[in-house]
Amino acid sequence: MAVAENKTEKLEGWNRPPLIEPDGEGELLEVAMGPHHPSTHGVFRMDVALDGERVIRLKPVFGYLHRNHEKLAEGMTYLGSMPFTDRLDYMCPMTNNWAYAIAVEKLTGQEVPERAQYLRVIVGELTRIVNHASAVGFLIQEMGASGTPLMYAFKEREKVLDLFESLTGARMMVNYMRFGGCRVDATAAWLDATRKVVAGLPKFVGEFEALLTGNEILMARTQGVGILRPDLAVNAGVTGPMLRASGVNYDIRKVDRYGIYDRFNFRVPLGDHGDVYDRFMIRFLEIRESIKILEQALKDIPGGPVMDSKAKIRGFRPKPGEAYGRIEAPKGELGFYLISDGGPNPYRYRVRPPSLINLTILEDMCLGQNVADVVLIFGSVDIVLGEVDR
Amino acid sequence: MLGEGILKGLAETARNFAGSYVSAERLTTVQYPEQRIAPIEATRDFPFLVYDGDDWEKGLRCVACQICEKECPPKCIYIVKSTDKKPDALGKMQIYPARFDIDISVCMSCQICVEVCPFEAIKMDTEFELATTDRFGGLLLDREELSKSNEHFHKIHPTEAAEVDARLAEEKVKADAKAKAAAEAAAAKAAGAAAKPATVATETPAKPAASGTEIAAKTTEGEKK
Repeated sequence: MAVAENKTEKLEGWNRPPLIEPDGEGELLEVAMGPHHPSTHGVFRMDVALDGERVIRLKPVFGYLHRNHEKLAEGMTYLGSMPFTDRLDYMCPMTNNWAYAIAVEKLTGQEVPERAQYLRVIVGELTRIVNHASAVGFLIQEMGASGTPLMYAFKEREKVLDLFESLTGARMMVNYMRFGGCRVDATAAWLDATRKVVAGLPKFVGEFEALLTGNEILMARTQGVGILRPDLAVNAGVTGPMLRASGVNYDIRKVDRYGIYDRFNFRVPLGDHGDVYDRFMIRFLEIRESIKILEQALKDIPGGPVMDSKAKIRGFRPKPGEAYGRIEAPKGELGFYLISDGGPNPYRYRVRPPSLINLTILEDMCLGQNVADVVLIFGSVDIVLGEVDR
Repeated sequence: MLGEGILKGLAETARNFAGSYVSAERLTTVQYPEQRIAPIEATRDFPFLVYDGDDWEKGLRCVACQICEKECPPKCIYIVKSTDKKPDALGKMQIYPARFDIDISVCMSCQICVEVCPFEAIKMDTEFELATTDRFGGLLLDREELSKSNEHFHKIHPTEAAEVDARLAEEKVKADAKAKAAAEAAAAKAAGAAAKPATVATETPAKPAASGTEIAAKTTEGEKK
């Protein structure tokens, strides 16, 4: 009997967020934040119960942007799903392409040529820089500094998007990677332009940091707010910068060493407190590490084809089986799980979206905080609703 | 000192504000309808059909094989095959699209139709100012509206168009050689057995010409599987 009691105690501690008791004065106020709330990056609702300013309960409501991505993919050839993956996390289409390409390559046993691997790393890390800079910009915007920091980030993002456009033909919906390589080769002029942009990035990060990092208002608003304990983060399956801000050393680029990440020399920055400030700073540190990777990749990139000559982009039927391809997307672990029954389309197609899974512990981070900080904590998770609802 | 960080940040904004008057690098926006940034060559938005020569109807490269219709992820292409045949650029008789509609309000500019086309018949345009007042018919383009000349293709994507032209020329040389060989063989055969009609000579080159490019080879292989 005693054992059973212990078990329930433990389970309660694990499964339920801490219970915050109202102080008994006045009534609770229920507020529906969203789906048209300016902070919500898209359409997302939080049903918040407030005792004065304090958050007593918070219920996230997903699904306003559901587009049937997974079921659509089951009725479509493997190639046909590739442009739809751009539209998952529309801030970083290149990494979405990459994760899906890896999953299909695992399913078919397809090799990827050297130059294509390097190009994937280059576009992937550029995406990470753009995403982190914008995430910081949005976070500051939610703090009330509307515009300026976000536009600093977007100014740099614009340069990278121009690079993407001259490489792939589109700024955001790139549809660039294929099973067994990349769709088009980068010209020497493109690589030179990229080197130029990358050379300008440290200056941008320096400027951006001078603008924000030491700011007293920012520190007062973010330090000690929305703390995520490492054990809870691991149990909830949180990945990416959020997990590392809580001090857990887990980066799939280091763990899986997918692609050619074992060739690059870079470090994984870790946070200490797991609060909003750590999540903010870790993005700056990761931008700096990504610049290092980019410099190495742009130096070493070899010549050769970008598509395996034996690769088929259409009309192939993988052997029955399953494959899970995952990468370290800017927001966390992005995985594609595919089951093939030997047909031209996947039997089952499942996305493991980092945004959704990082968002599931929103209530735990917000309980007991002020209602104004809810918006801030939500912003520090860095989500894109296209990926949350799919 | 309290407030030092804020002052540092303000200095940064001040530098950028003042800098935007002297440095083009810090002034990143343009006044769109009057000013325009230079177009990027690889840009794509919606597909068009390429035709050779002056007459769009005669010169259409499309042979209504319907591969793009099958592969299009949002299914925005609608093709009806013709019942008769007409000569294509290489001079052999081909089926042509009696209808070829693309609903560009559905199209998501993914370029998959261009990638899978074995005949270099469909390419991506760069025209983006396509606003129309007609909600339903205005963005449903038929084959006449979709047809654009090879010169237009050269104008918007010079590098790609040159590659395509080189590939097609090579194909034509190959096809001509094959047709010649086939014609000679047929002539020899005809000389041997006079009962066979001469139409065989014109129809034999049809198959090898189609599988000339690598893409076409891939396509037929995929189709068989």
